[in-house]
Order: sequence, then C-alpha cells, then structure tokens
Amino acid sequence: MAQSPAHGTDHHHHAAGHHDPQDIKLLGFWIFLVTDVILFATLFATFIVLRGGTDGGPTGAELLEINGIIISTFLLLTSSFTSGVAVLAMHQHKIKQMIIWLVITGLLGAGFLYLEINEFLHLIHEGATLQTSAFWSAFFTLVGTHGVHVTVGIGWMISIIIQIVRRGLTDDTKGKVTVFSLYWHFLDAVWIFLLSIVYLMEVM
Amino acid sequence: MLEKIKEFASEFFVTGDPLIYGADASIVLATLGIVFVLTYFKKWGWLWKDWLTTVDHKKIGIMYILAAIVMLFRGGVDAVMMRTQLAFPDLNFLEADHYNQIFTTHGVVMIFFMAMPLMFGLFNIVVPLQIGARDVAFPFLNSLSFWLFFAGAMLFNLSFVIGGSPDAGWLAYPPLSGSQFNPGVGQNFYIWGIQISGIGSLASGINFIVTILKMRAPGMTMMKMPMFTWSVFAASTTIIFAFPILTITLLLLFMDRFFGAHFFTLDGGGNPMMYINLIWMWGHPEVYIVVLPAFGVFSETVATFARKRLFGYASMVFAMVIISIISFFTWAHHFFTMGSGANVNSFFAVSTMIIAIPTGVKIFNWLFTMYKGRISFPTPMMWTIAFIPAFVVGGMTGVMLSVAPADFQFHNSYFLIAHFHQVLIGGTVFGYFAGLYYWWPKMFGFKLNEYLGKWAFWCWNIGFYVCFMPQYLVGLDGMTRRISVFKDPDWQGLNIASTIGAYIMGIAFLFQVAQIVYSIFRHEKDTTGDIWDARTLEWSIPSPAPEYNFAVIPQVHSRDEWWEEKERRARGEKPWDLGPIEPIHMPKNSAIGPIMGAFWFVAGFGLVFHWLWMAIPGLLGVFICMYARSFSAHKAEYYIPVDEIERTEAKLRGGAV
Repeated sequence: MAQSPAHGTDHHHHAAGHHDPQDIKLLGFWIFLVTDVILFATLFATFIVLRGGTDGGPTGAELLEINGIIISTFLLLTSSFTSGVAVLAMHQHKIKQMIIWLVITGLLGAGFLYLEINEFLHLIHEGATLQTSAFWSAFFTLVGTHGVHVTVGIGWMISIIIQIVRRGLTDDTKGKVTVFSLYWHFLDAVWIFLLSIVYLMEVM
Repeated sequence: MLEKIKEFASEFFVTGDPLIYGADASIVLATLGIVFVLTYFKKWGWLWKDWLTTVDHKKIGIMYILAAIVMLFRGGVDAVMMRTQLAFPDLNFLEADHYNQIFTTHGVVMIFFMAMPLMFGLFNIVVPLQIGARDVAFPFLNSLSFWLFFAGAMLFNLSFVIGGSPDAGWLAYPPLSGSQFNPGVGQNFYIWGIQISGIGSLASGINFIVTILKMRAPGMTMMKMPMFTWSVFAASTTIIFAFPILTITLLLLFMDRFFGAHFFTLDGGGNPMMYINLIWMWGHPEVYIVVLPAFGVFSETVATFARKRLFGYASMVFAMVIISIISFFTWAHHFFTMGSGANVNSFFAVSTMIIAIPTGVKIFNWLFTMYKGRISFPTPMMWTIAFIPAFVVGGMTGVMLSVAPADFQFHNSYFLIAHFHQVLIGGTVFGYFAGLYYWWPKMFGFKLNEYLGKWAFWCWNIGFYVCFMPQYLVGLDGMTRRISVFKDPDWQGLNIASTIGAYIMGIAFLFQVAQIVYSIFRHEKDTTGDIWDARTLEWSIPSPAPEYNFAVIPQVHSRDEWWEEKERRARGEKPWDLGPIEPIHMPKNSAIGPIMGAFWFVAGFGLVFHWLWMAIPGLLGVFICMYARSFSAHKAEYYIPVDEIERTEAKLRGGAV
C-alpha cells in the first residue's frame, strides 16, 4: 500500500479500515506454517507406527548410513544460517550482499538435495524401495516430502531474487524475503526431527 | 483402429445403465443450453469479468452457495435412489455395485461438496460485513480457494459418467479402497476430487483466521465480535489443525494405489487401521467444523428475532472454543470395535460425553435468549426453533453411541445412520438454511417468498422425522448400513416409512427451488438494508452491499453495535461520527484463480487415469500460475475515488448518505 505511486499520502496509520498488508501476510504465513507442522506431524506419526513393518526385508539399521546424513545436516543448518544473514543484510538495505547470501543459501540447499537423491538411489540399489515394505514406504514419503519442500523453497527463492533485481527492495519484496526465511528455518527445524527420529533412532 | 477406439470408449465412459445414459444426455443438453444462452445474450464477457475472475468476497460467496445448491440436488437424488431401493424387501431397482457407488457419492457430495461450500459461502458473505472490513485478508487466495473447490467437485462428479464412481464408502477405508480390491479409477477420482478441494478449504481456513484477527473495525475487540464471526473463527481454527491430516491421509492412500506402497495394505507390513485412525482424526473435527458455523447462525437469528441481546455471550464463546479443542480427542469413538482395549475406549467414550456439555450450554443460552423476548417467526427463526429439538434428540443418541460397550451393538447399524443424519441435517443443514434465508436479503436485496418458504420448511421437517425416526428402530432391530437389499419382512413397515420421508424431503427441496425462482421474479425490493431490524454491522449498509462494503468504517463500542446505534438515533443522541469519505483501496480481479483451478483439474484427471502426459503439464501449469501471481501481485490493486463512492452511496441510499 505504501508503494502506490499514485497516492503519495501515507494511508498506513489511518484508523479506519486500513491495515498493514505486510503484517497481514506475515500472520497468514505463520498460520500456514502451523498447517505444515500438522502435515509433518501426521507423516512422523505414520512413520513411528509403521517403523516395525519391515516385512522381513531390509531394516533401517541395515541400510541407512549416518555419515552422509551428517554432511547433509551440516549443509542444511548452514543454509539456515546464511538465509538469516541475508535477512540481516536486507534490513541494512545491502541488496547485493543479500542476494549473494540468498544464492549461497540456495546452493547449500541444492547440495542437500543432491546428497538426498544420491542416498535414495543408493537405497534403491540396495533393494529398499517404496514397494519393499511399510517401513520403507513411510521412510521415503516422510524424507521425500521434506525434500520436495526444499525443492519448492529453492524455486521460490529464485523467483524472489528475480523480483528484487527487477523492482528493488520495497515493502512487498522485503516481506517476501522475510516469509521465505521463515519457511527455510522451518524446514531446518523439521530436519532436526527427521535426523533424530528417522536416522539416529533407527541406527542406534 | 476403430475397434481400439470403441474398446477405449467402453472403459472410459460408464456404460450399460439406462439411468447413466439419461444423465449423459441431460448433462450434454444442459451444457449446450448454457452455452447457447450465454452466446445468444452475449453474456460471456459478463460471466468472465463480473463473476469468474472476481475477488469480491460477496460474489465468491454467491458462487459457493450456487454450487452447493446444485450439489445438494445431486446428493439428494442419490439419497432418494437409495431409499427407493430399500423401500421393499428384495427390490431390484439398483444393482448391488451401483448401490455401493451411490451411498459413497451421496456421503462425499453432501459433506465435501454441499456442506463445505455452503459453509464457505456464508463465511464469505457475512464475515467481512460483520466485522466492518472491505474484504477478506487475502482476496486472491479466496478466489483460488473457490476454484480449487470447484475443480475438485467437478472432477469428483465426472466419475459417474467417465471411468466409474468410487464405491468404498464416503471415507474409503482400505483395504477395500486399495488397488488390490478396487483396481478401477473410481477411488482415484475420490482421492483427487477431495484432495484438490481440501487444499482450497485449508487456504480458506487460514484466510478467515487472519481476516478475523487483523481486519476488524476499530473498537471491535474479540469479545465484541458478533457470534457468527466467533463461530467462523472456531471452525477455521479447527480447519487448520484438521485438514493437513486429511491431505496426508489421502496422499498416503494415493502412494499405495499409484506407487504400490504399503501404508495400508494387508501385505508388506502395512496397517489398514492406521488409515482409519488418521481419517477420523480429520473426520471427527470435520463434523464440528460444519456444525459450529450453524451454531453461529442460530446465535444471530435467535437474538434478532427475539429482539434481545444474546444470552450468555462469554459462555457461548468458551463453549465453541472448548468444542473445537475436544473435537480432536474423540476420533476413536468411530471404531470402538477396533479392539484397542478398555483404557483407550474409556478415554474416547468420556471425551465424547464431555463434548456434549458445552453443546448443551449453547442450547440453554439460545432458549434463555428467547425467554421473555418478543419473538417473531419468519422462516430463519422457524429453522432455528426446529433445530433445537432435532439437535437435542440427535445429541442424546450421540451420547448413547458414545457408551463404548453399548456401541458394539449400535456400530454400523441404522441407529448410527439415523443419529448422524439427525445432527447433520437437524444441526448443519437447518442452520445453513436459517443463515441462507436470514442473509439472502443482504446478498440480493430482497427477501425470499415466505409462503413457499413455509411449505418448504414443513415438508423438510415432517420428511426429516418420518425418514429418520424409523431408522433408529430398524437399526435397533439389527439392520446394518450399506446393505443394498433386505430380506426380513419385519423391517418392511419401518423402511417404507423412511422412504416416504425421504420423498417428502425431496418435495421440500423442490419447494425451495420454486421459492428461489418465484422470488427472483416477484419480490419487494428492500430499500432499508436492514430488513429484519437486526443487530450487527452488516445491516448498517445497503443491501446488496456495494463492492467496497463500507463507505466509511464505523467505530465500534459494543457487541450489538448497529442495534445500539439505532437506539442512539431513536433517542436523538449523537449518531456515529463516520468522518469523511476517503479513496478506498481495492484488489483487482484476477484470472489466475480460475486458470489455476483448470490446471488442477487437468492434473487431477491425469492422475486419476495414471496419464502422466496429462498430469505433468497440469502440475506445471499450476506452478506457472503461482509464479505469474507472485510476479504480478503488487500490481493487482487500485483505488476507488471519492466522487465515485459518493455517487454509489447516493444511489443506494436514495440520496441520503
């Protein structure tokens, strides 16, 4: 609203019916994240219920390799940090720095995805697929849903960078970076649960 | 080649049933008729610009309600066909597999594609007007929600002429709904029809929470909100916690059917009971989602037509919040017979009994609101009063069902069928009808014909009791749900009575259609904007409301602000200080909503038939739409200048602003 060039006057703080659109979007996004928490909670519950259902086939302890997972955890946690640095740069109006940090975030995310795809291919090679047993169905769906979220996040971030290059930092584009970083931190938090419940508890 | 096409067509289209051929013909004729009328009167541009691409909450609400009425017809035809089949022992009106399809689609259509859109229609029309807002928080998302609902509903309804309807019950329990026992495409239609519209419902839930938290008129604190808005808040909160569970449950069933995963299969370590738990963790909150707004409607109508403040406002609010919380802790009462042991069953039995308490509080509050009121009985109030006995009896039988040991007898019998129809029709449907009649003048500027409305009311009510009371008895006698023929002659009398009741409700629906059609042509235009002499802000503006709703947003001081304002004016005190009219900031129409809905439809259709060549471009289209919206959203706003607002207001209010 503050960006409407036709109306130089600031309608922001008028009492009657004008609400800050960025504030509204931010609240909407927080509530969206609540729904995403429930989404993952349902998948975790399913995984926990079905974790014993290996049907005599390979188990998680046999096939999951913790070393690769530590590297991908490191990549994702670092990317969460860099996305935070990008937001700091944004608040200081350093567009170039912000974009660089966002690109680094995206590259770390891509590295994480590369390792995840490799892990999946390795597991499939070892004979663990979606069709193998309930355990592996739940494993691939849960970890894969997180991976899809990361993929969507990278695509989303690219669109935000293009928009900032075109339009510069406005209330609107700033709001987009803010909600993107919320989303990215959220994926990080989900990953911590994935790491503990899926990987560590299986392998230990 | 020709043979191949013939073979494909015989599997692609549903063939062999004269009823279906009749439906095919009428669908083609109706489509041609609509296309002809739109072309002949040159209305395509109007349809596209004024309706399909609109982001105006009032128009979106009307589209939801229109779709819901069509779906009520479809679900009603299913119901009447079922009751016809069960009128006499050993009848052969419907084949067994056709009967399975019909009870499945009846349930799905009535809950997902009738109750939900009717509910969202009322949310859309009423909430921004009640809280003094210009629109919902996210108008584009609102349009998108509608189009996702519409795409899902069309996809689901297509199944009965293309590919074959689902037939595994309205909640599609595996293993029956898995690919092993249900290899056709019917269950795929089920999954994608509901999945797509469910995403829309989730988005609406978010939208209305933010709208209510952030867009209220100045001075309207949470505890000064109208009760309908509170009920929308409670229902929307329940939606955002419940619907993600549905999304995942359907996704997992899809993984089983499409990729051969083993979540709910009998082999490979899968667990079908996991599905039943998950679907009811969504499904039980869902029934409260649809009934809470009905409670909200009654709170509005009862205060308006008793001409008294709502009794026990705070206890009403607490009751609704408690209902929406406890609704998440009762799901296992749908399958006490699973055998999860006495402790688990006791927990869910007790939680189910507890949830009846806040509901009872609400019933007493409505009764006390009427106590010593000056009650009038137009149709919205008649539905409100009819609701109370219907819901009390339905609630009592619900408490009977919650007694876990007794439930082993009631489970899956017609006693259960009678119970949930009594709460869903007597609660939800009566409530939405009351709301529809109550806010109809706000939507269109005229009242629905009361005479025909009273005929519809009495037919609905008489038909309702004649249909469902015998079902309690025949259920206690041992008749189970979902049987397509019965042989016991002892059940004859009760079943024929039930069928007669269903037909009376069918006639009641025809009365309502006649009522709407008649009222469109013969009505008295409402010039006051406050046709019921009501209490809340939506009645302070003209009917139908202008696109910006409020020329100037009023300052709220009390719960029934409009009523207080009328009192102030009657006493000759200083009325609202509305301040000057300023340019109003509005969202522009967007074509992305309907286009994205169309892409979802294409993607869903491709996934139903496992045609990736169709599904992948469809999903790609969805993502392109999201990109397009992200790049164009900041340009999608404009201002209405002051002189235009002044002209509109002068026209609507007959000169006096």
